Parts: sequence; C-alpha cells; structure tokens
Amino acid sequence: MDVIQWQRQHRDHQASMFREGFLDDQFIQLQKLQDETSPDFVIEVITMFFADSENLINNMKQALEQTPVDFRQVDAHVHQYKGSSASVGAARVKNVCVTFRNFCDAQNLEGCARCLQQLQHEYSLLKSNLQHLFGLQQQIQAAGGSIPTIE
Amino acid sequence: MQIHQNPVALRMHEQSGNKGKYTFIQAHRAWLSKFLLFWIMLMALISWCIYSNMDADTKVRRREVLGSLCDQRARMLQDQFSVSVNHVHALAILVSTFHYYRSPSAIDQETFTEYTARTAFERPLLSGVAYAQRVVNKERERFEKQHGWVIKTMQREPSQIRDEYAPVIFSQETVSYLESLDMMSGEEDRENILRARATGKAVLTSPFRLLGSHHLGVVLTFPVYKSKLPPKPTVEERIKATAGYVGGSFDVESLVENLLGQLAGNQAILVHVYDVTNSTNPLIMYGNQYEEGDGSLIHESKLDFGDPYRRHQMICRYHQKAPTNWIALTTASLFFIILLLVGYILYGAGNHIVKVEDDFHEMEELKVRAEAADVAKSQFLATVSHEIRTPMNGILGMLGLLLDTELSSTQRDYAQTAQACGKALIALINEVLDRAKIEAGKLELEAVPFDLRSILDDVLSLFSEKSRHKGLELAVFVSDKVPHIVMGDPGRFRQIITNLVGNSVKFTERGHIFVKVHLAENRKSTTNGKSEMFLNGGPDEVLHTSGGYHSKTLSGCEAADERNNWDNFKHLIADEEFFFDASIKKTASSESYEQITLMVCVEDTGIGIPFSAQDSIFMPFVQADSSTSRNYGGTGIGLSISKCLVELMGGKINFISRPQVGSTFSFTADFGMFNNPMTDVKKHNLEDLPSSFRGLKAIVVDGKPVRAAVTRYHLKRLGIQAKVANNINKAVSLCGKNGSLTSALFQPDIIMVEKDSWVSGEDGIFFNVWQLDWKQNGHVFKMPQVILLATNISNAEFDNVIAAGISDTVIMKPLRASMVAACLQQILGMGKKRQLGKDNPHGSTFLRSILSGKKVLVVDDNVVNRRVAAGALKKFGADVKCAESGKAALEMLQLPHSFDACFMDIQMPEMDGFEATRRIRKMESKANEEMNSECIEGGNGMKSEFHIPILAMTADVIHATYDKCLKCGMDGYVSKPFEEENLYQEVARFFMTKPILDS
Repeated sequence: MDVIQWQRQHRDHQASMFREGFLDDQFIQLQKLQDETSPDFVIEVITMFFADSENLINNMKQALEQTPVDFRQVDAHVHQYKGSSASVGAARVKNVCVTFRNFCDAQNLEGCARCLQQLQHEYSLLKSNLQHLFGLQQQIQAAGGSIPTIE
Repeated sequence: MQIHQNPVALRMHEQSGNKGKYTFIQAHRAWLSKFLLFWIMLMALISWCIYSNMDADTKVRRREVLGSLCDQRARMLQDQFSVSVNHVHALAILVSTFHYYRSPSAIDQETFTEYTARTAFERPLLSGVAYAQRVVNKERERFEKQHGWVIKTMQREPSQIRDEYAPVIFSQETVSYLESLDMMSGEEDRENILRARATGKAVLTSPFRLLGSHHLGVVLTFPVYKSKLPPKPTVEERIKATAGYVGGSFDVESLVENLLGQLAGNQAILVHVYDVTNSTNPLIMYGNQYEEGDGSLIHESKLDFGDPYRRHQMICRYHQKAPTNWIALTTASLFFIILLLVGYILYGAGNHIVKVEDDFHEMEELKVRAEAADVAKSQFLATVSHEIRTPMNGILGMLGLLLDTELSSTQRDYAQTAQACGKALIALINEVLDRAKIEAGKLELEAVPFDLRSILDDVLSLFSEKSRHKGLELAVFVSDKVPHIVMGDPGRFRQIITNLVGNSVKFTERGHIFVKVHLAENRKSTTNGKSEMFLNGGPDEVLHTSGGYHSKTLSGCEAADERNNWDNFKHLIADEEFFFDASIKKTASSESYEQITLMVCVEDTGIGIPFSAQDSIFMPFVQADSSTSRNYGGTGIGLSISKCLVELMGGKINFISRPQVGSTFSFTADFGMFNNPMTDVKKHNLEDLPSSFRGLKAIVVDGKPVRAAVTRYHLKRLGIQAKVANNINKAVSLCGKNGSLTSALFQPDIIMVEKDSWVSGEDGIFFNVWQLDWKQNGHVFKMPQVILLATNISNAEFDNVIAAGISDTVIMKPLRASMVAACLQQILGMGKKRQLGKDNPHGSTFLRSILSGKKVLVVDDNVVNRRVAAGALKKFGADVKCAESGKAALEMLQLPHSFDACFMDIQMPEMDGFEATRRIRKMESKANEEMNSECIEGGNGMKSEFHIPILAMTADVIHATYDKCLKCGMDGYVSKPFEEENLYQEVARFFMTKPILDS
C-alpha cells in the first residue's frame, strides 16, 4: 500500500478515536513529548500502560472476589488506574474509573462488578484500536513516511 | 450521573413518606358535611325544645289565668246563687211564720207581692218567687171555693183529679201568671216538690225553658212546713208537715250573662254552665251550644247550688285559640339561625383548613420538587461544567497545537479568537461553579498566613500585558501600616482583586487603574490628622509644587472617588511617615489584636456605571446594561461572587461611580494578625524579596505625586530609601551640582525617571547636560544608575533610549517589587537576569528556559504517570530522575543532593507525598541548623538554606488539597497530567527568584 494511504488511514483512525472519546488531548500532549531524543516515547508509554492495565484489572478482579470485599483496596487500584489512564489520555477508561470510584465509595458491589466488566471492555477496545494505530504507524515508518499529527 | 440522581429520588421518596402527617381535620374530611348535617339537626332539635319550653310556660300561665277566671266566676255565681237560695229559704220561713202560724194569715197576695218586689234586690238571680200551697184532693173543692178559682195545670186547663195539688197562691209580680197553676202538673216541678218536702232542703230542677221568658232556667223549690218538725224528722213526718212550697225560677241564662258582664275579661273567655246530674247527658244551663271556643284548653269548676242531688259545673274556655308565641318563636329561630351560622362557620373553617392543608401539602411537595430541582440544577451545573471542561481542554489544547503550526495570518487570527473564547468559557464555567458553591454555602475560607503585597503584585502581573496594550497606568499601593503577613484566604482575596481589577481593565480605555490598600481605621485618622498635618508643615521631602496638575490622581485623569486624589493621599502617606515610629510601636504593643480590617480600593477611569444600573450591579448575571455584554463580554457574575466573598470575609463592598469618569470599588475585609514571625516564611507561600538592596538611595522623578508614591512604595519594600522630585531639575538639585557639596546632600544610587517627565519637557536635554557634567567632573561618587519607567514603549523608543546611553534600562510598568528587584540586580551587576519587560512569559519557550538544565526528581508510584511526567519535563529540557515511592525519593534526596526541584505524587502506597515531604523538610531543617551554626562561627552572615522546591502532582485540584500541601511543607502543586500554563505558573514562582538568591 501507499504511504500516503497509510498516512490517511492513520489520520482517520486517530481522529475517529478522538471523536469516539477513546482518547483526549493528553494523548496529543504525549505525542508532543515524543521527539528525536525519545522516538518511541508514545509506544513505550502505551506499552507500559497496557502492562499496568492488565496488572491492575487483575488486582481489581481479585480484590472484588474476596469476601468481604475491601472496597478501599479496590478503590486504591482504581485510583491508580485512573491516574495512569489520565496520563496517557485514555478518556473513556478514565471515565469508567471515575464511576467505578463512586461505586467504591458507595460500597456498591454490583456496580463495581459492572464497572470492572466495562473497564475490561473499554480496555480491550482501546488496546485493539491503539494496536491498530501503532501498526499503521510502524508501516508508515517502515516505508519511510512521517507520522501525521493531528491538526 | 446515575449516582447523582439517587439522592434526589431518595429525598422525593422520603417526602412522600411524610404525607402521613395529616391533621385530625384532614384525616376526617369526609365527616365534615355529615357533621354539618348533624349539627343542623341537633340545633333544630334544641331550638324546638327551647320553643316548646317557652311555649309550655305561656300555656301554663294561660291555663292558670283561665282557671282563676273560671273559678272566680263559679264562686261568684255560687255565692250569688246561695244568697238567693238563702233568701228564698228566708221567704219560706216567712211564709210559714206569717201564713200558717198566725191565724188569720198575715199574708195575702198583695202583701206577698209587695214584699217580694221590695226584696227582689236580695235575689238577683231569681226572676221571680211564688208560693204554692199543698192541697190534697179531698180539700180541693174547699180550696177552690175559698180562693174562687179552679186549680189549673201548666197548660192553663183545669186540673184533673190527682192525689194532691200545689197551686200557686202567692206570686211575685214578675211571675204573676203562675197564680192558680198547679206546680205538680209540671214534670220537673212535681219532682222538685216531692224531693224538696222529703229532704226539707232547697232543690233545683234540671234546666228547662222557662214559661214566659223562654230562657233556660231552673226552678228552686223550698218546702214550707206548717208545724214545727221534730229534731230528726222522717220523710213521712216531713210530708205530713208540709204546708206548701216556695219556688223561684232562676233565669240562669240572663242572670249569668248579667253577672259575667260585671266581671273583667269577659270578652276573652267563653263560659258554659252545665247540669251534670246525669253525667252521661250533661244539660246545658248557660252558654251557646254552638259557640266553639278554643277547644284545646278547658277549665271545669264545680258549682254547688246547695242541692246535693244536683250537680253543676262551669266550663270555661278561651274565645280564641292561644296566640302564636312570637317571643318563643323568635328566640328559638334566632337561636337556631345563630347556631346554624356558627355551624356553618365551623364547617367553612374546617373546609378552609382542609383546603389550606391540601394547599400546604401541595406546596410542600412543590417545594421538595423545587429543591430537588435546585439540587439537580446544582448537580447538573457541576456535572455539566465538569463535563464541559474536559472537552474544552481538548479544544484548547488543539487550538494551542494549531497555533504552533504554520498558519496564514487570517487562520491564526481565527484560531487565536477561538482560543480566547475557549479560555473565557472555562473562566465562566469556573465562576458559575464558584457561584453555585457559594450559594450552597459550601465555600469555606481558609486562614493561612500570606503576603498581601505579593498577591497584589501577582494580580497586577496578570493584567500587565492588557494594561500595557491599552496604555493604562496600573499601580498598587499598600500602606505601611498593613502588616506584611496577614491571616486569611489568599486565593479568595486574589479572586476578588482579580475580579475588580479585571473589570476595571475591561472597562477602561485611558487613564489608570489604581489599587490601594490601607487599614480601615486609618481612614478616620487621616481625616482627623489633616489639620494637624498643616500645623506641622508637612514633611519637606515631598517637593511638589501644588500647581499645574489637572487632577491629582495617578494618571492625571479624573476619578470618580475624590478620596484617592493626591490631596487626600499625601495625608495618608505623610501620616504614615510622620507617625511611622509611633505606629510601629503601636503595632508592637497591639499584638494582642487578633483582627485587622483592611480597606481595599480599586479605582479606574473607565466608562463608569450608569446611575440607573448602580443598584443592581451586585446581582448575579446583571450587567450595567445589555449593551455592556455586547461591547465588553462577560457575564456579570464576577461582582456578585466578589460581594459574597467579601461578606464571607466579614467586610462590605461598595462603590462610587460616575459615568464617563470612572468607578471606584472599595471593600473592607477582616484578616487575622500573624503573630508568629519565627516560623519559616517560605512555608507560607510567601514571596521573599532580596535584601541586597537595603540601604540604597534613589530619586524618583515623577510629575504625578500619586504615581511617585507608588514607585516609592515599591522601592521601600526593597529597602531602598527614595525621595521624590517632580522634575529633573529638582532631582539634580537634590544631588547637588557640585561635587564639593555632595556630602551634605542626598547621594542617590539610582534615579528613576518616569517616561512622561522625560519625554515631555526640556528636562531631557538638561539632564543630559547634567549627566555629561557629572561624568566630566569625575565625581568621587559613582554615577547613579538611571532607569526609565514606562507604561508602554515602542521598540524604537527603547532602542533609542538605550543607545543614547541616557538610561541604563527600562522598567515596564506596572511595577512589581520582585520585577524591580530583578531589574536592579541586572543593572547593578548583582546578578544576571533577563529583561522582564520584553519577554512573553506564558509560553513553552519560557518554560523551557527556566527548566532547562535543572535536575528534577519525579516521584510517582504509577509507572505510566511517572514516565509521562518525566517525558513532559524532559521536553522542557530538565534532567529528570524518577523515584517510584516516597521512600526511594527520601533516599535520593539525602543531603547533599543536586536536585533543583521535586514533583511529588500525593497518593502513594506506604508513604504518601505528604509524609515524604514532611520527612524531607525535617531532614533539611536539621541540616540547615547545623550549617547555620557553622556559619555563625565562621562569621559569615550569608544565610543559605537547603530548601528543595517540592510540588505536589494531583488530579483533584481543590483548595483543601492545596492547603494540605502547604501545611506539610510543599511549595505548590501542579495538575496531573501537566498543563503547560499551570506548570509554568508554579515553576516560575520559585525558579524566578531562586537563582538570584543562590548567587
């Protein structure tokens, strides 16, 4: 495929991710931080985020399976996750975290379980989307093109 | 969102549960009409009872009256009757005495007639009396011969043969027709006669039609005995002794009529007299049989006419039926009506209560709904504002990025406009949130020590660009009496000032904006001190000639409030200077004062507020007029928030405004005194000004005294002693023209010249000459540094001035102590500092410049956050190290270390940011103590302290967190993820001053 086409796809995909609220401007900030000194900054951070996510979601799941449920423990995990999602600009994940924390405050187990599910769902969506985006990015780079930035 | 709605629903539910609390009436509302009906019936019954009770009374009375009337009549009749009977009895005795016992008889018809006629008045009831002799059949012939007539029957026919006869021999004239009639021929008379002679008493016939008159009457018969009777005579003895009979006819009808006619009340009653000997068939003696009276009420009176065989009675009744008892009827009906009305009123009241209660419940429900709606509104506002902020940040970020790209000028203009609008929107949302918070009473003021002056400087710096752009003078002046550090809420104080100054900047096109702070009590003492000041002649440092000013305000433009003009202002300053020592003593002695009240005035020379709108200026969302928002934008919410805040601070806000002249807003606010100067000043977010300028001397050349005072105020804060000259001539004369005289004169290190004074007159040239003169003469003293003060200066002008070598540098106004300090450092060679007036401080380039090469430690347990923060800081050129926990940070920050700053996450497991900071500070202060003691031993006065700036990184940027940050020794906080402006503000705060201190 043509580089131009990949670039267009990349742009469209990224724009759609913004449109659908997967990402917010923090992601752009993140992209801005990427320069010659750290060419893979975004991918590095996002990979860390993925690892962190899986870890934290696992922790949450475990914490919620305990009886009685230690909501403070769950809340601590969610808070962590909220922080990292905010840092990478994963807006939808972050929003679910906010709701999740409210349920934790209210000690609503059912709500928490629902949120956890939603979180997993959102995360997997985000992950596949981002992986697609990075795939395009790598293709473009391999073809010698530049990554288009959001305008 | 879901969660937010729950409390509302819950409340609604609670309220609906409250509906059970109905009152008694409400609960029994269905009974109301039944109660009314029952009441009416009850009242009708009671009224009827009352009526019948009263009526019974009158009936009893009526009966009594009837009874007494009837009895009276009966008694009278009986009395008269018995009188008559007695008289007839007497007549019988007379006849027996004079007719039989005397021989020959002393009575003949003539005598009898006369006697009876003359004694008729004795027998008013008797129509007449007659005497009949007893004649047995064998004596009939002799008797008829003797009298010369034949015995006749009642039918006036000669009598048939009978056993015995009773012919009338004597008769009263009125009944003379009876003579010779045989009384025994009449059935009643015969019976009477027989009964009379058997009993010896008066007897009466039953009533019958009398002969002659045809009136109803009775006949009374008395026996006359010819011989004296034995004491207890038998019937036979009586019959044997009977000589004749005296009879009288009672014309009962006319006589009773007569009798009744004499009595009162005759008209009212109807009297009947009956012979009731045969009780089954009463015979009427008197009265119209057919005359019907009031049959309902009858009184019977017994009559005893002296004949035991016969029984009579008198029956009385009223002629007319008893009249309706109007009084009773009226009373009863009135009673009924009144109670009916009372009942109706009660019913109405009950109904009303029910209705009111219904309404009340409805209102209550509505109120609950309204409150729920209000809560929902607030939550909606909060949520929506929050939700708007997130995408708005995205928009702003994008616009920022867009502006960084290559754009045509039109595109750039559009993008900039969009960005400005977005920023305004964010500001508005924040204001709305503030307002909602205040309304909910959720806003609490904190009380932390802060430096009022630096806050004011900060605010001024915010508006410096705008005011410079518009060519406005923007200045701040704080009275010396205001303590350096006060206790209060710096954020809110800043908000008020920002709002007021922002308004002023917005509405002012020319002239000045002047912020002045002094003690509220000072105002009074100034006015009092006025006369005193004139007596003392005033301090001679102020060398102004009073003439030649249009108006004695900051910029020379007229202001709305006269109080801030020079005439007043100089008293304030003079007062301060004059009483400076005293006031210090006063403050020293008055440390017990817990509270001070500050008066803050913000004066502008803008468009002013129309008089018509001045009343509503503090109402939310109200602007002076609708065209205002068109021309100037804004929502008008700011002043209402300011008002609320001022009131929270225990003060009042008011204003004086004259359209087209300007407005002066002034407010008072209470602050606590900060009595503990020993605590580390830095802890309290205080700007510390370099002390290296202490003892320097300066001359301020300014034609406008208020502006000069402002300049002097800033210099004074740096410890620079300043004198004011209103033109350069004066300044020069202050310095002295000749070196020989200098020792006695003021020896300035700096001369600050206002651009106006410079450009306006010939002074520039004169000054040049003097400058040359100074240089050529080779003064012993160093040539003073000349600094130009300007509100706005074009690049060309600036280059000119510098090139001409007249001035060493230019300080752009508005003046701020820190900026002046930095500038002085630069020109006096005390430190290298970029020129502040020319840079654009809000930009990533600047951020890069201050962060570049700095060694920064980022502490965050979250690997992603840590990486991102590190990446961001690296981008600005910082040398970033990371620590993944508070403990690790503590280790890395063991003294001595080479870090310039530390960004600390707050929420971390094991040791959170607060705790870590606390420990770091503890470590530092320990080291500082040790070092200071060493320094003192070494005689080195220079104090240098370990104090690494620690900034909190937090996602929830709320005040309480900020407060906590400060409390545990942090220097500030940045939002997470980083926002460039916020990062800049915080970083700039300490990195701007830090290098100077270190040097």
